[in-house]
Amino acid sequence: MKPTKTDGTEYFHQVVDCQWACPAHTDVPQYIRLIAQGEFTEAYMLNRESNVFPGILGRVCDRPCEPACRRVRVEDKPVAICRLKRVIADNRGDITDRLPQAPTKKNGKRIALVGAGCASLTVANDLLPLGYECVIFEALGKMGGLMRTNIPAFRLPASVLDEEMGYIIDMGVDLRLNSPIESMRDFLKEDYDAVFVGSGAPKGKDLNIPGRDESGRIHIGIFWLESVAFGHTESIGKNVLIIGVGNTAMDCCRTSLRLGAKSVKVMARKPRAFFKASDWELEDAEEEKVEIVVNHSPKSFVMKGGKLVGINFDKMEYEIDEKGRITQSEIVGEAFFPCDDVVLAIGQDNAFPWIERDIGIEFDEWQVPTVDRITFESTRPGVFFGGDAAFGPENIIWAVEHGHQAAISIDKYCQGAPLTERLPRGVNLQSAKMGIHEWSYSNDYDPSGRRIMPHVDLRERFKKLDIEVELGFSIEQVVTEVERCLNCDLQTVFTAQQCIECDACIDICPVDCLTITKNGDEEKIKENLKTPPLNPSQPLYVSEPLKHTARVMVKDENLCVHCGLCAERCPTGAWDMQKSTLIIPYAVDEAEQNESLCQQRQKTG
Amino acid sequence: MTYIVKPKIVHSGLQRNALGLTIRDYEGSMSTLCAGCGHDSITAAIVQAFFELHVPPHRVAKMSGIGCSSKTPAYFLSSAHGFNAVHGRMPSIATGASAANRSLYLLGISGDGDSLSIGLGQFSHAVRRNLNMLYIIENNGVYGLTKGQFSASADVGSKAKRGEMNKQQPIDPVQMAMAQGGTFVARSFSGDKDQLIPLLKAGIKHDGFGLIDIISPCVTFNDHEDSTKSYAYTRQFYHPAVHADFVPPAEEIKASYNRGNVMSVELHDGSRILLRKVSKDYSVHNRGAAIDYIRAHQRKGEIVTGLLYIDQGEPDMHGINRTASLPLNELPFDTLCPGTESLVSLQDLYR
Repeated sequence: MKPTKTDGTEYFHQVVDCQWACPAHTDVPQYIRLIAQGEFTEAYMLNRESNVFPGILGRVCDRPCEPACRRVRVEDKPVAICRLKRVIADNRGDITDRLPQAPTKKNGKRIALVGAGCASLTVANDLLPLGYECVIFEALGKMGGLMRTNIPAFRLPASVLDEEMGYIIDMGVDLRLNSPIESMRDFLKEDYDAVFVGSGAPKGKDLNIPGRDESGRIHIGIFWLESVAFGHTESIGKNVLIIGVGNTAMDCCRTSLRLGAKSVKVMARKPRAFFKASDWELEDAEEEKVEIVVNHSPKSFVMKGGKLVGINFDKMEYEIDEKGRITQSEIVGEAFFPCDDVVLAIGQDNAFPWIERDIGIEFDEWQVPTVDRITFESTRPGVFFGGDAAFGPENIIWAVEHGHQAAISIDKYCQGAPLTERLPRGVNLQSAKMGIHEWSYSNDYDPSGRRIMPHVDLRERFKKLDIEVELGFSIEQVVTEVERCLNCDLQTVFTAQQCIECDACIDICPVDCLTITKNGDEEKIKENLKTPPLNPSQPLYVSEPLKHTARVMVKDENLCVHCGLCAERCPTGAWDMQKSTLIIPYAVDEAEQNESLCQQRQKTG
Repeated sequence: MTYIVKPKIVHSGLQRNALGLTIRDYEGSMSTLCAGCGHDSITAAIVQAFFELHVPPHRVAKMSGIGCSSKTPAYFLSSAHGFNAVHGRMPSIATGASAANRSLYLLGISGDGDSLSIGLGQFSHAVRRNLNMLYIIENNGVYGLTKGQFSASADVGSKAKRGEMNKQQPIDPVQMAMAQGGTFVARSFSGDKDQLIPLLKAGIKHDGFGLIDIISPCVTFNDHEDSTKSYAYTRQFYHPAVHADFVPPAEEIKASYNRGNVMSVELHDGSRILLRKVSKDYSVHNRGAAIDYIRAHQRKGEIVTGLLYIDQGEPDMHGINRTASLPLNELPFDTLCPGTESLVSLQDLYR
């Protein structure tokens, strides 16, 4: 094999599994270290740079980082990354003087943003400091989009939303509530330099089976949650069936319990392995005694005397192959479940009835706009999409990342720079060696298990709709949890020229991830590894030929726990632990670049 | 030295042997030797060898004397028995241990100072006694604990870290052991685990005295340019004469061995050593020729390694002295202590 190329950003970034998995590339290990040092405010600001809403995301993020976490390779549970983020938000000091400021002198460009959700607010957050004027149009009477209407207050308190969104609004956003856009054609005639559509995917899917139109007690999940959030709906029947088993279904069933339902069942068409809901949301619902019924496919709504009395289901059986895919399904019977109300939570669609189809904004056959994955520009120049509005329902953290990227594009568009000429990412490496046996990070492996989030008592929590169930980690829990982080950003960097092949690193490695072997093709090297490679998605780090024997040092990145013992035991410093910092360009960095490019042009032109 | 303890992590790739133990169960406490010391590699090889042989750690007795090498029994098999003897006197203690309990695997760890200077006499007699043990000399040519003076194994012409040259002839434990009737004599290198681990396994299973002289560079005092026991020098003048593979009892010999020049030596427990001859003109059963071969290559500055001599026919100490077949702690009390009358009649024999 050829020596591994580590000079770009790709390699070392990928080793930091959480940061690699996070759409916004939040510097997780670094903020966990800051928490360990008690620097909550510092950690908050670090988070805010990439994910903008640490308090919100510390509660309701989809957490793509956690399944990716390296910790699951040495035990069952990942580091409670999301919970730790909330710790930062809960314990931070005053940050008002550290927030970006909008300059008093504007640059003369006006940007219209449709929808006051996380995507639009991120765009505003990035563009206001550059002197842009941002006008947000929101159809509803409050900002926050799906975060307010679809995430119940017992998971995400309104105060948290208001505070973090307020930071951006207070920078000088022109926020226009109750201002739905009725016609994009007319809207584009107004005087804006660019338009960003961050209006979400606000249409719940319907279930067209017999009886659908005969009762008013069949609700569409996201609309129903919205009407609960705004206080329009305050009660529900005793017996409730939820159709669908995604995260919206979990919010619907738990909200039902708080509105007076006594028995709530979540009806799933497929077995548990196919549930779309996150594990922790399923756990929380089941803790509240919600019953989840698998393998039942709704067939018809049953009415008696013009009143909904229940649903008939087909009982399903599935054949599942060894890869876990369904190969065949069969109806094996029928079952009737009585109910007073039904909530449909079977997915969302994008809905753009207000965008005319002949104004240069193209849509595909599923009515999803055609949007560039890098620039977030639609097929009409100057019109950008982000969040769920761009590619259909995803999650908050993706919407934030879309917002960052769209802000870069909007700035370039307004300054007349090419949209695709974007700054590359960078990686800084700095040795963590402080002296003999001293490293600038806590490298001792802590075998503690994941801390469990304390919840409000099961009787207490139903008394009001907005009692936040999760209490947040105690300080003792924080102290243990931060030590579970394996510091994946402390990279093991190898200099082949210095190696004397004494095997010290190989002998000390607690996970047997190092091997010195004859070079050969990948298969041959994998055969000779000290521990057989278990995770093909993880790269091998292959060195230059070693100077004594021309063999190579091979490291299986999959197993490494970044304890630094290889570097500690290396007599020549061939191994070093180096802190990697990923440099991600935002609109403000690109703007500097644009400026210098413009200056260059003026000089040469 | 390191203060950070190697954590016990049960990762998904960790294998278990026939006893259900992982390799972690064969490790000891954290090494306090210099980072990069060859001795630590030998420790790792010993851990690997016992793990692969499925030996219960408590069936091993680790014996050592004084020196850097003699510290290392603390770093492997933490649940084994152990005795850290007076400088150079480990062979006597080992003899006593073997006499008392012949069922234990005896492993002696010594160095060039402990065995070739102060303990040379003890070492020689352990060889001729054919004590049933594996005796490892971790050989680095210097006294590391006392800051790097030449030891008795330093080669003529080798320079110390400060520049002075050694002019005295070295003692070669391998040639000594052969001359004194050693029945298993090998040399290896801490930096070559592929060679060392099978040798260790064969040596552990050999009935009788097994010597492995292991070049183990002292990274602090003897790893510089003009040293003849450095990593670089050893690799440059490394001459593997015979490669030994260890095949446990009842395991089939891989087909690939049948081709070429392979010789099998059966050990008493049914395991086999497969010798792949790297040098054509070498025989592991010819004591005189082996010595000649080593000397010839020594003149060229080469370090001959591998299993250099083996003889399974000679009786060990217990065989020579016709001792009881059971360890003393398993003998019935009446047999072990036959009473005053027996003692009197025994004493009468000498009157």
